Amino acid sequence: MILFKRFLKNPLSVVGFVLIIFFFLVAIAAPWLAPPERACPSVVYYLVPDWLLRPFMTDLPCEPFKMPRDGFKATPLPPNPEAWKTFFPPDWHLHPLGTTENRYDIWYGLVWGTRNALVAGILIVGCTLLVGLIYGSVSGFYGRLVDAVMMRIVDFVFALPTFLMTLVLVSIWGRGLDKIIFISIIFGWAGYARFTRGNILAVRELEYVAAAKALGANDRRIIFRHVLPNTIYPILILASLDVGSIVLGLSGFSFLGLGSGEDYSDWGQMIAFARNRIVGAAGGDLLQYWYTWIYPGITITLFVLAWNLLGDAVRDILDPRLRGSRRA
Amino acid sequence: MIAFIVRRLLFLPLLWLAITFIIFLCLEPLGPYQRVTLFINISPESFGRGGKLTQEQLQRLIDKYGLADPAPIQYGRWLKQIIFDHNFGWSKVAQKPVIDALLERLPATTELALYAIIPVVFVAIWLGVISAVHHNRPLDHITRFVSITGYSIPIFVFGIFMLMYFYGVLQWFPPGRNSLWAERIIFASHQFIRYTGLNTVDALLNQRLDILVDSLRHLALPVLTLAYLNWAALLRVTRSSMLETLRQDYITTARAKGLPEHIVVQKHAKRNALIPVTTISANIVAGLIGGVVITETIFNYKGVGIFSLDATLQFDIPTVLGVALFGTTLIVITNLVVDILYAIIDPRVRYD
Repeated sequence: MILFKRFLKNPLSVVGFVLIIFFFLVAIAAPWLAPPERACPSVVYYLVPDWLLRPFMTDLPCEPFKMPRDGFKATPLPPNPEAWKTFFPPDWHLHPLGTTENRYDIWYGLVWGTRNALVAGILIVGCTLLVGLIYGSVSGFYGRLVDAVMMRIVDFVFALPTFLMTLVLVSIWGRGLDKIIFISIIFGWAGYARFTRGNILAVRELEYVAAAKALGANDRRIIFRHVLPNTIYPILILASLDVGSIVLGLSGFSFLGLGSGEDYSDWGQMIAFARNRIVGAAGGDLLQYWYTWIYPGITITLFVLAWNLLGDAVRDILDPRLRGSRRA
Repeated sequence: MIAFIVRRLLFLPLLWLAITFIIFLCLEPLGPYQRVTLFINISPESFGRGGKLTQEQLQRLIDKYGLADPAPIQYGRWLKQIIFDHNFGWSKVAQKPVIDALLERLPATTELALYAIIPVVFVAIWLGVISAVHHNRPLDHITRFVSITGYSIPIFVFGIFMLMYFYGVLQWFPPGRNSLWAERIIFASHQFIRYTGLNTVDALLNQRLDILVDSLRHLALPVLTLAYLNWAALLRVTRSSMLETLRQDYITTARAKGLPEHIVVQKHAKRNALIPVTTISANIVAGLIGGVVITETIFNYKGVGIFSLDATLQFDIPTVLGVALFGTTLIVITNLVVDILYAIIDPRVRYD
């Protein structure tokens, strides 16, 4: 409760929190804010992005995450105020925020891009956290040689140049968001493992662990029923705050053209489209295509900002070394 | 001290070997026929008379270079080629050996990275110290606010904005590495001697002010974008480390014996606060690699970054491997230098 009060005292962190709620709402309401062209036969297609389905299904009957295209011209269309005259949500067929390169609707792309970003971010955090928790607990609980070897492996994973490894793997496997996400998971767990291990080491010698051992509990039971539940909350919070930077990294890869396919709702991809439209048509308004850049740009920035604001506040609260300064 | 450095010197080559092994493992799924294109220098001359290698010729190549051998043997051979023959394979994208293509593009990237990183380090450390000294006062709040918005704007959004405004609207800073006329002088003229490959330095040495101005105009935006990627992170680390140091007992002692505040801050606190900052400099180098690729792509600045991205998108595996090995080596060397510096600055590390 004290922590929560301290959290409320910092207005910036509240702004961050509200923004995150907003993005979650947009992601949840995506089928209502921007209804896909055709209704899908199953709700699965709305919830699970294509990159997650494709490894298991060859033929997708319905792809709501793909941006609809208005005709076959390349030039963007400006925002249409007509679209806003209808009751909210605006009709994306009229392009409330305009279209980007190749006439992909920006409103549709941003709305479904939010869902895509959150699903990807949460998936990556969830998987890396799971691996890190298990790895770190085993390492911390057994200690000695096991610990030494396992931590050297963690050091090694830390030292791997992730960006370069991604380039290597993408050049072999081909581009795709599924591959980028898989790569982020296999290189991303080391930090959580180290953090968990530290916490486990602190808890391991406490009496209740000895008591559990005396009662004849086996190692697995001690780790997962007694030790882990007592150490898990700080890491859960810190990990959930990583969603912002992870989404930022993913959209960076999409911007470079290593991520999603061309028509996929992905913020980084939309910025890449804007790159082709930096200058307006010759002789005309130089900022003619401002909308291709500004809407996706603001969306990504707000998203990352929200997580950073919240993260900063929470880290300050969790870090006992900085607590003294707050009272002063 | 010497034992520490020796230990590090032994560990880092091991790290390098392990990373090359991981990179090699990534190639395992490829069959011998795909592999044939990777490690062997297939220049146009090695093609048959019909212009294409026949099946038998390919088979002979596979046998000759042992591409169907067990993985460990191939790994050893690959490593030997790289270390002793400097043979990274043939780059499809550049149409020349990978090592030549890489060395050709390296000065451009070096120039970009040097200009981006050196001023940033000083400005960020300076601001971080000031922010910590003025903790929880307006100056600190402003710096924090600017840095938090700073690191929330993705580098590619920032870069596109710079390009739109300063090139699209104002026409001040064009993309690319040089204007056409300057490129013609730099690469084709005999009067212009390329001493270092860094265009700005060469222009000065050749006393060509027009080329210097042209190079600087092209460098301004990429340098700003790349610098922007790093300064916020560095500032945060400096600030929090400085805050912690300022609360140490020895700082109170220094103040108690009557030293002026600026001496306490500059001499006693800042030096110690900079120790954690040295550790993240390795992270900065790793981050720079990704940043360089994005920045070069945005501004079409032809360096190693754009080269590696083109290679990745065109499945030019030898080139990507070459760049990855090069980058890994760079990171390993920076780590080594940072570790040794760290041990010199902070005696506690040596006894760890």
